[in-house]
Amino acid sequence: MLARLDLSEEEIGLYTAQLAKILEYAAVLNQPDTSEVPPTAHVLPLQNVFREDLVGEHLAPEDVLANAPEKEEGYFKVPRVF
Amino acid sequence: MEGGGFKPVRFYDLTAHRLRELLLRREISAVELCRSVLNRIDEVEGRVKAYITLDREGALRQAAAVDRQLQNGRELPPLAGIPFAIKDNMCLRGLPATCSSRILRNWVPPYDATVVEKLKDQQAVILGKTNLDEFAMGSSTEHSAFFTTRNPWDPKRVPGGSSGGSAAAVAAGTAVCALGSDTGGSIRQPASFCGVVGMKPTYGLVSRYGLVAFASSLDQVGPLTRDVTDCALVLNAICGHDHRDSTSVPKEVPDFTSFLVDDVKGMRIGLPREYFPPGLDDGVRRVVMEAVSVLETLGAHVEETSLPHTGYALPVYYLIAPAEASSNLARYDGVRYGYRAPGSEDVLEMFRASRSRGFGAEVKRRIMLGTYALSAGYYDAYYLKALKVRTLIRRDFDEAFEKFDALLSPTAPETAFAIGAKTEDPIRMYLSDIFTLAANLAGLPGVSVPAGLVAGLPIGVQFIGKPFAEGTLLRMGFAFEQSTGHHRHRPPDTPGGDGS
Repeated sequence: MLARLDLSEEEIGLYTAQLAKILEYAAVLNQPDTSEVPPTAHVLPLQNVFREDLVGEHLAPEDVLANAPEKEEGYFKVPRVF
Repeated sequence: MEGGGFKPVRFYDLTAHRLRELLLRREISAVELCRSVLNRIDEVEGRVKAYITLDREGALRQAAAVDRQLQNGRELPPLAGIPFAIKDNMCLRGLPATCSSRILRNWVPPYDATVVEKLKDQQAVILGKTNLDEFAMGSSTEHSAFFTTRNPWDPKRVPGGSSGGSAAAVAAGTAVCALGSDTGGSIRQPASFCGVVGMKPTYGLVSRYGLVAFASSLDQVGPLTRDVTDCALVLNAICGHDHRDSTSVPKEVPDFTSFLVDDVKGMRIGLPREYFPPGLDDGVRRVVMEAVSVLETLGAHVEETSLPHTGYALPVYYLIAPAEASSNLARYDGVRYGYRAPGSEDVLEMFRASRSRGFGAEVKRRIMLGTYALSAGYYDAYYLKALKVRTLIRRDFDEAFEKFDALLSPTAPETAFAIGAKTEDPIRMYLSDIFTLAANLAGLPGVSVPAGLVAGLPIGVQFIGKPFAEGTLLRMGFAFEQSTGHHRHRPPDTPGGDGS
């Protein structure tokens, strides 16, 4: 669901087996006691990095749209949403 | 070998600092140098396949601009006129940045990565963009959606990965220096496999702006070069704070060439015993222990130590990196850029179809693993647990660095493996990075320096240092290089010359 991938029957079989092996491998992480250990999401002692709210450089709209698979009148165009 | 002698000088095979001397003495022009490398590309690229995109005209134009500056007697930055290759997950305005993925095959970034901008400021000559495992997920370039790069030392073998194209180009003489990126060893492992120097800087030393994100808390850009001096020169050029990357550290950076001192007397080096397991390849062990003897002879104190949580680094990495990747790769939805599958009825179907056809097998595997590890119900058991064990791995290093200036290990558990040897078994492929992953988890700098050959294939030793101690690593690498000369080994003259 979260991954937003469609898989063929063959892929489902292959990935089920491979991911099960990887998760089995990951089970060793249950060995060390981490009840008193804080998590490291990030190695730097940075919390919030603030900057002045200034107008900076930005890309021209045509540069932003140049790679769009489909566009119309300065907008990205997608199939129906609802 | 450097120098002339009887043979004509192969300019494409020299180091950047040597070429700089020749450029300043006007013994070669930047255009001649550029042509020398382009001719070398014509000669061997068909077999090595390091590049996804070549920009011959752009390279020659930049080289001509450098020559004009030289003629006018202008002072030039240290890397002016030096031919560079850039891994194809970094943005260079106007050239495709494919990440070796079908999903970005036609994407042309409208801006330069900070590291690319900095090379342009140096007036470096950028030759093109090099092959990698798709989105830098892999250890061999076999996960590239386009082709596998060959190891210049043996075309039946992989160059390592994911920065395999960049490492192979430097080894094959099709670039003098290159940039790679390293999330779990992707600069150091291919450097070891291809017999070149490769450094992953401390997390935060080099801006990630314009590097296509894989795992944001682990990714760093770094140099692949022919010797440690060039490594210092490239690091000088690319490092420094960047307001466009909030994780780049606002810190004074030294001139890294000031550390190129041929003296390691009294320096303390630890050998973590977990990096020398009983099953380690004999040839690799021999080469690394010879490196230890060399450093001891030079006056370094080498002592065994322990990083007890090393065994957890691989599973921790393979939960954290895919978790971050699954989030970073959510942006590829076929809306604003990249591949869009045709014929979808609604937008959700379009997302799924574009992603399913656009991503390759390894990327899908990691997205699924990552979304699983982050999903409600499994978050604590997998992702959060991995973050906690990551703390234990960092503490091991903190403790070791109370006693040692650097740690030394093999860069990889083996020399370059045969193409196809590990593609069926993801865990075997992952084990190729077993000695490099922990430095990324702890944010530490690491460098791989050529240490000799095993059965005709190169192998590197890895030095791991304290945060922002790149200078210490460069000094050790430099002293080692000066007394051994392993970095002067070049692949057999014509890669694939046996007709394969």
